[in-house]
Order: sequence, then structure tokens, then C-alpha cells
Amino acid sequence: MQPVLALLAPWRSLRVVRRLGYVSLDPFVAMVAFPIIAALAGVTIGMASSIILLPAAVGTAWLASVTARGFGRVERSRAAALLDVAVADPHPPLHGSWWQRLLQRFTTASRWKELLYFGVHLITSSIAFSLVISLWSGSIALLVLPLVRPALPADTARFWLFDITTTPGALGAAAVGAVGVVVAAPWATVAISSLLGRLVRGLLGPGAEVAYEAQVQQLQASRSAAVDAAEAERRRIERDLHDGAQQRLVALAMDLGMAQERFDSDPEGARALVAEAHQEAKAALGELRDLVRGFQPAILGDRGLDAALSPVIARLPLPVHLDVRVDHRPPAAVESAAYFIAVEALTNVAKHAQATRATVTIESAGGRLAIAVTDDGRGGADPQRGTGLAGLQERVQGLGGRFQLVSPAGGPTSLFVELPCAS
Amino acid sequence: MRIVIAEDSVLLRAGLTRLLADAGDEVVAAVGDAELLLDAVERHGPDLAIVDVRMPPTFTDEGIRAALRLRADHPGTAVLVLSQYVEERYATDLLAGNTSGVGYLLKDRVADVGDFVEACRRVADGGTALDPEVVSQLLARARTTDPLAGLTPREREVLGLMAEGRSNSAIAAAMVVGEGAVEKHVSNLFTKLDLPRDEADHRRVLAVLRWMEAQR
Repeated sequence: MQPVLALLAPWRSLRVVRRLGYVSLDPFVAMVAFPIIAALAGVTIGMASSIILLPAAVGTAWLASVTARGFGRVERSRAAALLDVAVADPHPPLHGSWWQRLLQRFTTASRWKELLYFGVHLITSSIAFSLVISLWSGSIALLVLPLVRPALPADTARFWLFDITTTPGALGAAAVGAVGVVVAAPWATVAISSLLGRLVRGLLGPGAEVAYEAQVQQLQASRSAAVDAAEAERRRIERDLHDGAQQRLVALAMDLGMAQERFDSDPEGARALVAEAHQEAKAALGELRDLVRGFQPAILGDRGLDAALSPVIARLPLPVHLDVRVDHRPPAAVESAAYFIAVEALTNVAKHAQATRATVTIESAGGRLAIAVTDDGRGGADPQRGTGLAGLQERVQGLGGRFQLVSPAGGPTSLFVELPCAS
Repeated sequence: MRIVIAEDSVLLRAGLTRLLADAGDEVVAAVGDAELLLDAVERHGPDLAIVDVRMPPTFTDEGIRAALRLRADHPGTAVLVLSQYVEERYATDLLAGNTSGVGYLLKDRVADVGDFVEACRRVADGGTALDPEVVSQLLARARTTDPLAGLTPREREVLGLMAEGRSNSAIAAAMVVGEGAVEKHVSNLFTKLDLPRDEADHRRVLAVLRWMEAQR
């Protein structure tokens, strides 16, 4: 049953009908577009050879460009509607004074490709049209043969194996025609129209350089975000050290200095000062430990995410259920990103969500690492407000991952992140 | 008490040596990496080895691995692991199977000299010393499940101190209550959590850790 259904694939959602519509219309569009554009181009070339007519040549060239642009729009929307080939408008917007804009028209690769499309369109559309229409009409003719046979001359006439003047022969030919109508012609229509679609995509769509351009822009954005993040991180560390451990060490040195002065005159006072210095030293140790551990816990590289996140959840003020299901350790960069994403998300939960419990699930599947952090808090989290979530989002996008936050007002909040694991 | 120290920071090595000497113990060797530690224990057969977790060459978990080898090859030598950060996972590795004569403490604890020396003695005598930070990590993994919800705050406190390896009298001192009260809490805990009863402190630690492990 399955292979038979596969043969009928072109009929699914009447795809073949739309394809047939595209191929049948194609040469007629070409017959309108080609003469106009070709004539304008020809006149332009003719006039451009004469100095006096040069301004007029510029005018006709502009007209050719505008016309090609208009027909290009028609072709793109036709391809989108009938071939399901979505092709973006490839032309960069024109800008500047009128002559700059004019110049841009003739220095843009995508516009020349558009002209080229209409140069070949009449030929390609005609070939496609003749192939498809002859196949359909031939198949239909064979199919209806038994009905029209009485009207045919009585002479012997053969089609392939069949003598169509006899009833069995005509029925055999009709069977071939039926296969043609149901299977062969639809498949040929789909195949040929796909080739036409490729032509549209290739000559009327954005070329590879446009895609690269977009990629470069995205990379630049994520790189500058990374630089900003590193800068902010450095400032935060400086501030933490300055406000925390450094001040405590100053106080500690002060206490010890005073104790030294008092040893002879006031041993009891000195003892109290040393005890105070001892407390300061221990507090400074604790602060430094928290700060340094935040950079990159050694145990992450050593034992993985589950072991590294365990102490993090121990310090949070709410119970967190941690579930890490990872068969093979992901690359270090991915693992480290996942760690910081989970830590940042949990920090947000503890700070803002007013949640009573949270869950962290980390799973590897299909070359991706999926991280889900959910809580039962008040919701309403928004990356547009507050820098924590926006930073997370940038980090994920910088790694080519996906970021999704579901946080209706009133909660609950779920954060889903997927990171590609390919190293 | 004869002690071997393995610690790659010269400053801390010297400090520990002096601190233990002041407390009346003999530091028979102080070395800077795990290989030298194993040699020194082989040669001196000390009562206690104090081991730093991060040491050359990779600065990750050399100390833990050395400690595990010591526990397997030299059961007569107790092991106290010191670390800048304590990790629940390392503790689980270290305590797997046997909690006798083993300790795992934050380096910061050295600053409270009296407590630290007491922990060294306890471990050398076959007891257990588990850092409160490790215990709270282990409890955090267990607290999303229900059995802990049935405990009173007092009982939770006792559970934590028990997991650190403290005796009833030490728990009583830490909580500023009588020993009788502690015994009552401990008895309640064993009933509520359905733990196997055992009087020896280090076997009690094992029971508590196994229970925490089972709550994941």
C-alpha cells in the first residue's frame, strides 16, 4: 500500500494542479515580459552608441530596470503561490540622490541577474510548457481512445504494442494513458516545475553573498555582545574584590596593627583585636571562595554538569530538583555555557520569581544539549526588561542555540535552551 | 601522632606543619604532589595523611585520587582531604563503602585551629570529619523529597551534625543542649528515616549518607 501511495504523491493537497497552473501560465508571462524588456534593452544599446542620444539611453535603461523589477515581483509571488518556493526580494534598497540611485540600479548584481532571468525565461518556459502539455494531452488522448474509436477511420493503426482499431487494443492503450494521467504526467509536471523554481530562486532570489552578509552581521552582533559581556564581567569582579575581600583585608591589617601596639600595655584589648582580625580573615576567605568559584568550577571539567551544579543548588534559598541525563560529555565550551545558563537562570529564580521550588533538567539528544529551568513563581519574566535574561539570550544565540522563555503573569515560568553540541 | 602532609602551596605547607607541631604532633614528611605523597606514606607509615585536592600536574582532583589509593593500599593511615571548595561528588567518592578514618574539609577550617586539630585527631582515631558545606550540599540534593519534611528543625540540625561525623557529646556541645536531649533526637531520626541503628559514630555517618544518596 505504501509504495502505491508514494506514486500518487503529486496529488497530495492537489499540488500537481497548482504546478500545472504555474507551467501553463509561464510562457504567457514570458511573452509579455520578454518583448518589452528586450525592446527597451535593445533601444538602450542602440542609442548608447550615440553621444547625443545618451540621455535618452539612460532613460530607457531606467525604464528597462523598473520593468524587470515589476515582472520580477510578479514571478516571485507566482513562485511562492504555486510552487511553494518562497524567494525573498534580493535587491538592497536604493538610497541617496537621484543619480546615485540610478547608478545603484546598474551596479547591483541582483538587478543584472533579474534581467538575465527575463533573457532566458521565454526559452525555458516554452520548453517546460511544451513538455508538460504534450505529456498531459498525449496521456489524456490515449485514455479517451476507446470512446472515440468508432469515429476513427477503419484502417489498421498501431500505438506501441496495441492495434487501436480493435477493442482490446484500444483498452490497452487507454490503460497506458491512465498510468500517464495518474502517475507519469504529474511526476513530470512536479519535476519540471521544480527546475523552473530553481531558476527563480537562483536568478531572482538573494544570492549566497546576501546570506553571508546576514551571517556576518549576526556574528558581528554576537561578538560585540560577547565583548560587552566580558567587559561587564571584569567590572563586576573588580567591584566585588574592591568592596569585599579588599576591605576586609584592610580591616584585618588594621586590627593586627593595633593589636601589635597594645600587646604590652593592654594584653586583653590586644587579644580582642586579634580575635576580630581572625573573624575578618575568615570572612575574606569565604568571599574570595565564592567569587573565584563563580569563574569556572574545576569540578565541571572534572566530573561534569551534575556534580558542578550540585553545590549551586545547595546555596539557593529554595529546593531545586536537578536532573542531568547526558550519555556522552558535551564539548567543554558547551558544557561551560550550559553551566552558566543554569546558574544564571537559577539566580534569576531566586531573586525575582518568589518561587517555592524549581526544577533543572539537562538532557542530550540528537547532537543537541537541552536545558530546561522551570519554577512555580509569579511569572512575568521578560528579556526586554532586566539585563540578566537578555544576556542569557545573547549568549545562547552567540553559540547558535535556541532560547525560549514562557512566563505568563502569575507564572509559572519555564526557560528552554538548546545548544548545538558539534565541536 | 605522625602525620604526612601533601600540599603544593609552600606557604600553606609550612603553616600546617607549624600548626600541627604546636599542637604536639609530628609531621614526618611534607610534600608537594601526589606521587611524593604515596612514596612518603609507603616509607613512614603515618597515622594520618593530610591531602590537598588540587595538586600538580593537572590541578584537578589528584588529591582525591591519591586519597582513594591510600585508603585501598594503606588502611592503617587515615586520610584528611583539604580543599579550597568542597564538592559533594568528591565526598561521595571518598566515603564510598567506608567512612572510617576519613575526612573532607574546607581549607578555611584550618583557621579555627582548635576545631581543626580536633578533626585531625578524630579522623586519625578512625572517625569521620565531613565539612558542614558538604553536608548541606548532600541535604540540598535530598530536600526536594518528602521524608525531610517530617523532621523538626532541631532534628534537621542533629542530622547535619551527625553527617559531619560528630559524636553525641560534640553535637550536644555544638547545639548547647544536654546529651540526653541529643540522644532523644537521634533516636527519633533513626525511627523517622528508618535508618539501621548503629552506635559507632562513623558507621552512623555512613547510614546517613546512604540515606541521602537514596533520596536523589
